[in-house]
Amino acid sequence: MSEPQAETDWTALLGQVRDTQDRAAFALLFRHFAPRIKGFLMKSGASAALAEECAQDVMATVWQKAHLFDPARASVATWVFTIARNRRIDALRKSRRPEPEDLPWGPEAEPDQQDALEMAQETARLGAALAQLPEKQRALIERAYFGDLSHSEIAQETGLPLGTIKSRIRLALDRLRHHMS
Amino acid sequence: MTMNHHISEPMLMAYAAGTLPEAFNLVLATHLSLCDDCRAQLAACEAVGGALLQDAGSVAMDAGSFEACLARLARPTPAPRLAAKGLFPAPLRDYVGGDLSAVQWKPLGMGVRQAILTTDKLATARLLYIPAGHGVPDHGHRGIELTLVLQGAFSDSTSRFGPGDLEIANEDLDHTPVAEAGMDCICLAATDAPLRFSGLIPRLAQPFLRI
Ligand SMILES: [Zn+2]
Repeated sequence: MSEPQAETDWTALLGQVRDTQDRAAFALLFRHFAPRIKGFLMKSGASAALAEECAQDVMATVWQKAHLFDPARASVATWVFTIARNRRIDALRKSRRPEPEDLPWGPEAEPDQQDALEMAQETARLGAALAQLPEKQRALIERAYFGDLSHSEIAQETGLPLGTIKSRIRLALDRLRHHMS
Repeated sequence: MTMNHHISEPMLMAYAAGTLPEAFNLVLATHLSLCDDCRAQLAACEAVGGALLQDAGSVAMDAGSFEACLARLARPTPAPRLAAKGLFPAPLRDYVGGDLSAVQWKPLGMGVRQAILTTDKLATARLLYIPAGHGVPDHGHRGIELTLVLQGAFSDSTSRFGPGDLEIANEDLDHTPVAEAGMDCICLAATDAPLRFSGLIPRLAQPFLRI
């Protein structure tokens, strides 16, 4: 079985997990993301044993919260990142993570396939832009996300094209609010 | 709700990265619950995290880890935290243990009241109640102070802050926020270092008030 590469495939697989509790789809997601989560946690200072334990836990949360994933607002990798980040705060800082209110979407607000596809493409574009940043700038961003850069050291201008992603998500939120009211 | 003062870009990125003190996260999560503009910008910052994760070096999982993960699926699924009716958004409600009526206020004098919320020790979160037309004692700070208006409005030397607005004050700002006439002002504030009051009496009282 070859590993799916495109981000759209991750979205479809997560949809199968959500709709039919499909363990084969979950196994593919696990095979791709669990080692990356483990690597991310170890870069942030976790021991191999703690990172292993937390990566299993993060993937279990992915399964359990699959119904809250909205592909119009995040790629699968982004969503998995937010779960891993929260788990890291729990495990390494022993502190709670206050989160904004959830904005789940009901059946009537099922996100558009096209929106999901474009969101995935934007995230891929962002990944490419990140890879093309000058080494020094990229290293700063990595340090900000892997944990040893304070907010006052984060540059006002990251050099990353975040504007397009922001406006897409803003539109998705407007649609969601419209359905909720 | 129309807001004029939002979360700064570096602060949102730090929130997305998960490197801020818990008290700061609480103030930001409360603003984010009220502000879709900052929520969208946060999601963009989180996309950077997603891209880094996608590219991050992977470390092989232990043998049997998938089965161990499946064994964890039996635990109960947490319920989504939806928008709450009342004054406090859900994240703040979690820390107070309810809405406004559940707050355990302590008087600070002149009708000003505060309630410290329990967070990790890296920063302190408190609710402040300032009667209409009154000021909070003149204070400067060594670190950063975040102040989010929940009800009413206040003004200081920099601007006017109404419901949902967030002021980010650094240590250069010596300010005396004054609540607007007409409605008592309720704010959620976080500081990463103790406040410094200019007057002698409040400074003496500081250790007792934990301000
Ligand atoms: Zn905002």
